[in-house]
Amino acid sequence: MDEEPEILFGIYCPPHPQPLLSPDENSGYRKLRDSFELCKSRIEESGADIILVYSTTWPSIVGHQIQAHPNPTWTHVDDDFHYLGSMPYSFKIDTEFANKYMECCKERGLHSRTVSYDGFPIDTGSIVALKLLNPENKIPACIVSSNMYANRAETIVLGKAARDAIKSQKKKAVVVVVSSLSNRMFTEHIDPSEDRIHSAKDDEWNKKILEFFGDGRLEDISQLSRDIHNQIRVSKVVAYKPAWWLAATMGQHNNYDGEVLAYEALHGSGGAVIMLTPSKGSVGDKEFDEDDVEYYHGDREVLSKEII
Amino acid sequence: MSKGEIVLGCLAPHPPHVVYAENPEQNEAFAEGGWETLRWGYHRLARKLKNIDYDAMVIFTPHWQTYIGTHFLGLPKFKSKSVDPVFPNLFRYNYDISVDVDLAEEMRSAAAEAGIITKMMRNPDFRVDYGTITSCHMLNPEWDKPIVTISSNRNAHYYSAEVMNEQAGALGEACAKAIENSGKKVVLISSHSLSHRHFVTESPLPEDMSREHIYNHSQYVWDMKLVELMREGKMREVIDIIPEFTEQTIAETEAGGLTWMMAAMGFPEFSAEIYGYQSVIGTGNLIAAWDPNSKTREIVL
Repeated sequence: MDEEPEILFGIYCPPHPQPLLSPDENSGYRKLRDSFELCKSRIEESGADIILVYSTTWPSIVGHQIQAHPNPTWTHVDDDFHYLGSMPYSFKIDTEFANKYMECCKERGLHSRTVSYDGFPIDTGSIVALKLLNPENKIPACIVSSNMYANRAETIVLGKAARDAIKSQKKKAVVVVVSSLSNRMFTEHIDPSEDRIHSAKDDEWNKKILEFFGDGRLEDISQLSRDIHNQIRVSKVVAYKPAWWLAATMGQHNNYDGEVLAYEALHGSGGAVIMLTPSKGSVGDKEFDEDDVEYYHGDREVLSKEII
Repeated sequence: MSKGEIVLGCLAPHPPHVVYAENPEQNEAFAEGGWETLRWGYHRLARKLKNIDYDAMVIFTPHWQTYIGTHFLGLPKFKSKSVDPVFPNLFRYNYDISVDVDLAEEMRSAAAEAGIITKMMRNPDFRVDYGTITSCHMLNPEWDKPIVTISSNRNAHYYSAEVMNEQAGALGEACAKAIENSGKKVVLISSHSLSHRHFVTESPLPEDMSREHIYNHSQYVWDMKLVELMREGKMREVIDIIPEFTEQTIAETEAGGLTWMMAAMGFPEFSAEIYGYQSVIGTGNLIAAWDPNSKTREIVL
């Protein structure tokens, strides 16, 4: 029987810089910051060999890009929240893992490439996550982009390729998704002390998703991804992909101990820090509507088949 | 003080490929050429600009994306390296940019008075986006004029392309008022492609022109429709159909640049000067200019 990759736990966390740069401007930001720090302690105690990050604020176009610079170093400033301050960073990246992940992507039909350039602009979400979860670089990390055109099949396969790489290198991995829940922010500047979720509808949907997370129903959330996108995601990209990637990477089931450590507003969007630890118990798998995918076949040359 | 004026409006697409293909000393990557139709068009327009008297370039960029209002660069100097997040293999450009902060402040104030949410960007570590750098480099490789970069507020994401059109138009009118009050002569730059569907793979040699073509014919037909209207001087009509064009071709007009520039110029009824059209990694790119001075206005292509 095939050995399973050793994924110690998964973390879902928000990309906004407030927990990093201004945690005391709102009690909710502080709760998020404290939850990041709890996750950091658990990562340090876990014996993990690698932290693998999928960031929704790193969009790619040419396939799936994987950070491979051994020590990316820069000072980043957020496009919207530049007035909160700069984010200097210096990360330790597992280049060997990055290369393996790229190879595993290619074996599953994905177009993928590593990036290793001085000054490459690592995104706000990845920086916030790695600076708070792994501030001393005790554990090597790797970051993968979110292709702006990718949909479900491609993202599921990207997650499976991550599993392949983790298994192949016999790593003990913590996997991290950087994403909001509802992502509609206020379109004007606000007093941070008055921050709240943008609308009651967003708040209700977020709480329903958090119920699922709390029950460890990750695969169910993955199956609901299109509904979530339609209901509470501003349509910057074609789909809500982080749940697909996280579920596919962690094994496509509902067998987790889910912990919602914090749920707070970040300039109107829904920010949550969640941990999912694989367990024996399960609420059981539900009836799933969409096919599983093992290999990505691209656009199948739909436009060149002269079907019109 | 005499009234300020807009002396030229330029549609200046920013695929980093064109800078890459030029091999300027500021860029670390090396190319064997490529995308000559666009580059030669840019050279022609850059030569025209050399004969125009102006004080500053004001550029509206899709690659400084803001969701909380419209932001303006607000420090006099920015010096750093810009690495394209999508094409880092092509674009790693060391820049040293001067900003006309007074003009930026005036435009910001005028926009705020018009009810638009605004913010000055004063963080010295801020990295100027590659859209600004690409368009400005191609139009003025000497970088001997100050610029103002305006962020693109993503109304099309939050609301609709129609709302984007309204808001970008209001911003354009406010900027025009500020320019008039400033007494300065200003070149406006709307930095973007037309149709904007990319290929998701790249050829081993990115400048291999045997691999370059528009993503699909529908994109091309739409792009040509816009070029035709521009030639006919029907810019109000162009802006009226921008929401549909944007939706049909995933166009980069979604950021509002063209609408902003046309509103600032009062929706020209004279012909646009067409300098070149070419696809870059599947997207449709047009270089065009609107010259309010009938004595220097030309038929280029």
